Amino acid sequence: MKNRSTRRGLALTGLALAVILPLASCAGDTAPAPGGTGDAGASGADPETFTVLTANEAAALEAQLTALAENQCKAENEALPLVHEKTAQADVVQKVTLLASQDALPAHFIAGTAMVRPDGDLGVAGLVGDYEEILTASGTWDNILPAASSTVKNVYGHMVSLPYQYNLEGIWYNKAIFSEVGLDEPQTFDELLDASAALQTAGYQPFAVAGSQGWPMTRLMGMYIVRNVGPKALVDIRDGNAKMTDEGYVAGATALQDLAQAGYFGEGFNSLEADAANAAFLTGKAAMKYDGTWFLSNINDEAQNQIGAENVGFMPFPAVTGGGGSIGQWPANAGTAHAVNPKTAGPKVTAWLDCIVENYGQQALQSAGILSGFKVNGEVTGLPDTTAFVQETIAGIDDETVLWFEALFDAKSNSLASTNATLLTTGQMSPEQYMADLQASLESNR
Amino acid sequence: MNRVFGDRKTILILLLPPLAIYVLLKVVPVLWSLGLAFFQGNTLRGFEFVGFDNFTTFVTDGAALQSMWVTISFAVIMTVCQVTFGYLLALLYVFVLRKGSAFVRTAVFFPMVLPTVAVALLFRSFVAVGDNQGPVNDIINFFGGDSVEFMASTSGTMATAIVMTLWSSMGFYAVLLYTGLLDIPDEIIESARIDGASGLRLVRNIIVPLSAPILLSSIIFSLNSTLKVFDSLLALNKGGPGTSTSPLTLYMYRTAFEYAEYGYGSTIALVLTLLCLVFTLTVFRSSNKRVED
Repeated sequence: MKNRSTRRGLALTGLALAVILPLASCAGDTAPAPGGTGDAGASGADPETFTVLTANEAAALEAQLTALAENQCKAENEALPLVHEKTAQADVVQKVTLLASQDALPAHFIAGTAMVRPDGDLGVAGLVGDYEEILTASGTWDNILPAASSTVKNVYGHMVSLPYQYNLEGIWYNKAIFSEVGLDEPQTFDELLDASAALQTAGYQPFAVAGSQGWPMTRLMGMYIVRNVGPKALVDIRDGNAKMTDEGYVAGATALQDLAQAGYFGEGFNSLEADAANAAFLTGKAAMKYDGTWFLSNINDEAQNQIGAENVGFMPFPAVTGGGGSIGQWPANAGTAHAVNPKTAGPKVTAWLDCIVENYGQQALQSAGILSGFKVNGEVTGLPDTTAFVQETIAGIDDETVLWFEALFDAKSNSLASTNATLLTTGQMSPEQYMADLQASLESNR
Repeated sequence: MNRVFGDRKTILILLLPPLAIYVLLKVVPVLWSLGLAFFQGNTLRGFEFVGFDNFTTFVTDGAALQSMWVTISFAVIMTVCQVTFGYLLALLYVFVLRKGSAFVRTAVFFPMVLPTVAVALLFRSFVAVGDNQGPVNDIINFFGGDSVEFMASTSGTMATAIVMTLWSSMGFYAVLLYTGLLDIPDEIIESARIDGASGLRLVRNIIVPLSAPILLSSIIFSLNSTLKVFDSLLALNKGGPGTSTSPLTLYMYRTAFEYAEYGYGSTIALVLTLLCLVFTLTVFRSSNKRVED
C-alpha cells in the first residue's frame, strides 16, 4: 500500500515538474510596458558585474577593454569586475530585443542603429542612457571629441553610443601604381573615371570591391549623391523633402552601374568577400579601394600588406562637377552603437565609463592603431606613418562631415539597398527601378 | 503486463507527463505563433491587436509574394528532381546493381550527412569566379567560354541551388524508394516477365503501381522539406542577388529577427504552414482519386 502511494506521489511530482518547469522558463518573457521616457541619465543601481555585450566581429574592442581592466581601470575592475558577452553582429537586434524584454540588458551593450534612436524600440522604452548627461555629471565629457559626439548625435539622434571608433571613409590608393601610370589624386568624378580607364589600360584593376558585402558598392553611390545633390541629400530623404527617384539621386545609381559595367571592379566582384578584396588591394592587383579608416589595421599588418605602408594613400571621394557638395566633406562614423543601460548605470558603472573615456583613446591608438572618438590622453609612440597621416587628416577637417548612404535608413531599407546593389551593378535592374524600390521601402517603413 | 496496461490510471500516469510536455513545448508555441499573426510589434515594444492587417499587408507585399513564388517554384522543381532521380537510382540498385549496390548506395547517400551550410560553401566555391576560380568556370574556359558569375544572377544561383540540393538529398530518396521496391514480391515481377513484360513496360505497369505508396510518401516528404528550405539558400547566396532567391522562410526570419516584426513574421509562418498543408492535401487527394479511378 505504501509502495503504491509512493509511486503515485512520484508520478504526481513528475507531472507537476513537467508543467511548472516550462512555465518557469517562460516567466521572464514578460514585455515591459511600452511608452518610456526616452533616454535617461545615470540613476540606476549597480549590477554585480560590468557586463559588456559586444559583437564577435569586434575582437579588438574586447581586447582593449580587457587591457584597460588590467591596467588603467584596475580599481574600477576590482570594484565591479568586467565580464564579456558576445553575439554575432547579425543577431544583435534579435538578442538585444530579447534581453530588453526580459529586463536582462547588460550594463553596456551593442545595439542596432535604429533601436537606439529616440523613436527606436530601446529609445521609446527609455532603455538607453544619455552619455552626455552621465559624463557631464561626472566631469569626463570633455574626453569625447566634439566631431565624434556630433556624428553620434547625427546618426542616433542623441548621445547614446560611445565612439570606440572614429572613422572617415574615402578612397585608399596605391601611390606606386598611380605614379607609374602618371596619375594624380582625382579631384572630380570625371577625373576618377579617366584615372580608372588609364589604370585599366595599364593592366591594373581600378577598384577592389567586396561586392558580397553590399555596402562597398552602395557607399560609392551614396557619395556620388552627396557630392551631386549636397551634404543634406540623405537628411532630406529622411525628412521627406526629397525622393530617391529624383534625378540627382538616380544619377548616383547610374554612376555606380557605369563603374561596374565598365569592368572597373574586376571579375566576379559581386561574390567577392571582404578578405579577398583587401588582398586584391594590398597585393597590388587593384589600384584603389573605397573603405573606412578601420582598414588601417590591415594596412599596418605587414603580413597582409605586400605593397608597403609607404605606398598607401588616402583621398576623399571626388567632387561631382556642378554638384551641391564639396570634396572636403568627409563621410564619418563613430562605429556601431554601444549603449549604456540606465537601469544599471550606478556609481560603479559610471566610474567604469569615466575610466573608458579617459583612457581608451590612448590605449587603442598605442596598442592597435585604432582611431577612436576619444581624446588621446598621454603620449603615443611609434605610430605607423599611415595612421599618423589619417590622424592628421581627421584633425585637419574644417568642413562639415556627411553621413554614409544607409545611415538614416530603417533596417529593412538598409538591407534592400545592399542586396539590390548586385542586381543594379549587373544590369539586371535599372537605376530608376533600384531607386524606386528603395523609395517605396523607405516610405512603407517610415 | 496486460493488467498494467488495462488500468486506466496507469495509462493516464504514463501518458500525461509526455503529453503535458508535448502540449507545452509544441502545441502552445504553435498556437502562440498563430495568435501573434493577428498582432503587430515585438516583445520589447509590446503587441497591438491589428486583426487581419498583417494578412492584407502580405497580399500587397511585393517581397513576400516574390518569396512565396521562390518557395513554390523551388519546391516543385526540387520535388520532381529529387523523386525522379531517387526513383531512377532505386531502380538501378534493385534491377542492375542488385546485391552489389551497397557501396553505391552509401556513396550516393553520403552527402546527406554533411551539414547543409558546408555543402553550400562547397558549391559556392565550385562556381566561384575571379582569383579563386572554381572548377565549373575552369571547364567553361577549357571549352572556350568566358567565366560566368553564377552568384550574380537569379538563374545562376537557382541552378546552383537545385544541383546542390539534388546532390545532397537524392541519396536519401533513393534509399527510401529502394526499401519500397524491395517490398515488391519477386513472384509478381517474375510472372510479369514470363507474360512478356520487360524494361520500361515492366516498370510502368508493374513496378510504379506497386511502389505508389512509398512514392507518395517521398513526394510528401520532399514537398514539405523543400517548401521549408532555409539554410542552403541563405548560405549559398543569402537569398540573392537582391532578394530574388529568398524563400518565405528567409523572409520570415528576417522580418521577425532582423526587423523585429514578430507579428508579421508569424503571419508569414502561418502562410508557409498553410502552403505545406495545401500541397500535402493536394497530393493526397490526387492519389485517392487515382485509386478510385
